[in-house]
Amino acid sequence: MDIFIQQLINGVTLGSVYAVVALGYTMVYGIIQLINFAHGEVVMIGAMVAFSVITALAPGGWPPLMVVAAGTIVAIPVCMAIGYGLERIAYRPLRNAPRLAPLISAIGMSIILQHLALLVWSRNFIAFPQIIKSEPYHIGGAIITNVQIAIIATSVAMMAGLALMVYRTRLGTAMRATAQNPQVAGLMGVDINRIIAVTFLIAAALAAVAGVMVGSYYGIAHYQMGSLLGLKAFSAAVLGGIGNLPGAMLGGVLLGVVEALGAGYIGDFTNNWFGSNYQDVFAFIVLIAVLVFRPTGLLGERVGDRT
Amino acid sequence: MNLLEVEGLEVRYGGIRAVKGIDLRVEQGELVCLIGANGAGKSSTLRAIVGITRAAAGSVRYGGAAIAGRPAFELVREGLVMVPEGRGIFHQLTVAENLAMGAFARDDAPAIRRDRERIFALFPRLAERRGQTGGTLSGGEQQMLAIGRALMSRPKLLLLDEPSMGLAPILVAKIFEIVRDVARQGVTILLVEQNARLALEASSRGYVMESGIITLADDAKKLLADPKVREAYLGEGVE
Ligand SMILES: Nc1ncnc2c1ncn2[C@@H]1O[C@H](COP(=O)(O)OP(=O)(O)O)[C@@H](O)[C@H]1O
Ligand SMILES: [Mg+2]
Repeated sequence: MDIFIQQLINGVTLGSVYAVVALGYTMVYGIIQLINFAHGEVVMIGAMVAFSVITALAPGGWPPLMVVAAGTIVAIPVCMAIGYGLERIAYRPLRNAPRLAPLISAIGMSIILQHLALLVWSRNFIAFPQIIKSEPYHIGGAIITNVQIAIIATSVAMMAGLALMVYRTRLGTAMRATAQNPQVAGLMGVDINRIIAVTFLIAAALAAVAGVMVGSYYGIAHYQMGSLLGLKAFSAAVLGGIGNLPGAMLGGVLLGVVEALGAGYIGDFTNNWFGSNYQDVFAFIVLIAVLVFRPTGLLGERVGDRT
Repeated sequence: MNLLEVEGLEVRYGGIRAVKGIDLRVEQGELVCLIGANGAGKSSTLRAIVGITRAAAGSVRYGGAAIAGRPAFELVREGLVMVPEGRGIFHQLTVAENLAMGAFARDDAPAIRRDRERIFALFPRLAERRGQTGGTLSGGEQQMLAIGRALMSRPKLLLLDEPSMGLAPILVAKIFEIVRDVARQGVTILLVEQNARLALEASSRGYVMESGIITLADDAKKLLADPKVREAYLGEGVE
């Protein structure tokens, strides 16, 4: 029982990070039907930039929370600049090209970003300075740490903020209108290029914070960390229904839970043939299962209603 | 004064010339119709005027200024607004949100609210359904929403592309009533229609378009009496 609760806690923690990253995939897809395969790399850059800032400030004797906040505050604009640049350089010129073209360009950008990171931060695993002391709290025979609580709370706050923006503001209404029918949105006075750019900026800002969260959670960062994380978040977005915002949130949390429970029990179920190091496989089992049995995802029924 | 002046307008799709160099004008305060069979090039003409389809040649002047090459979203701010063929309702947005999108280019919140109430007074059906998504409305309600949404932008020149398309006869009459009403309130209208009789009856002048060319241009009354128009567009044989 305590394993179950423990894995649930771990799963929700990681899942809420997946959800935040998955939102970036799904928002961009919703508006231009493009899988931004470089999105995982934006998360990685967020982690790396935060790492550099935190490492630089750690010896200064400032309160740890302030140091992490400073790292995040620097990571956000850097990632936003990258997200904006991706759209302008790699996607916008290809907007009317065959669909494969921007996909290839996305993969190219993700390789470029990885190698830029390699040049700046080396090919080694980088240890995040553990400046925030992990404090465990006991609940029901399991443990939740202050870091986990902070990650879940931050993710929920960001998702709530995003939902408010998308469903309650003029800009958000314009974003949804553009996603449904960009040409008619243009006829309403919406500059769709601006809406698309804003979408990339928001996705990148979320990615930056997600990067800081995974970095702090695992205590480690690496220039290739974005690809696996990105693929998992993408799977989460597909699970929820690509293009669907609540779907990305649900898909992220579900994927995190499936992964954690899978890792927790796979040994028992397979007579220890497989260990918890197989946890990464669950995301892809989920992805394949969704694509085979429910390609529209859990909440997605629409793929657009262009008339 | 001419609010809209089109000269030598040409639209091409690949090698096909859909609009072959046409001239038309709409004076301030007029309701003018452009009629013609399916495929004549009417929608292409409207789309080229607002810039969502590129004109291959010709000039478009709105309020005296050349607007060729300017994006549609900018023209909305200057009062040039199109209701596209098929209505273009945002299916997943509520009625109220669709109307709000119509006012996207404005930022006078109190006036926008007043306009919305006016639209709701004009179309009580929309008021009843303000919280429903656009996709759940009937065809007639969607057309009312499309027109209401366009009015939310406070247009000076309204381009309507086949507002009666696909509607039951009783709704067609209702839509034409609304179009006349909007015109009476001072909005200049260029109306594209296949329902030639109702369009001409509502308009002061009309243009007849055939295979990308304007073949007739005259007062609406004269066109209604024209034997060629009667035979080809009003479903009347001529003895
Ligand atoms: N996007 C397009 N691509 C290619 N051909 C088009 C396109 N839109 C319209 N056409 C063609 O241009 C001609 C005029 O079409 P259109 O302007 O829609 O006419 P109307 O509105 O009078 O029915 C038709 O032959 C139509 O098939
Ligand atoms: Mg047409």
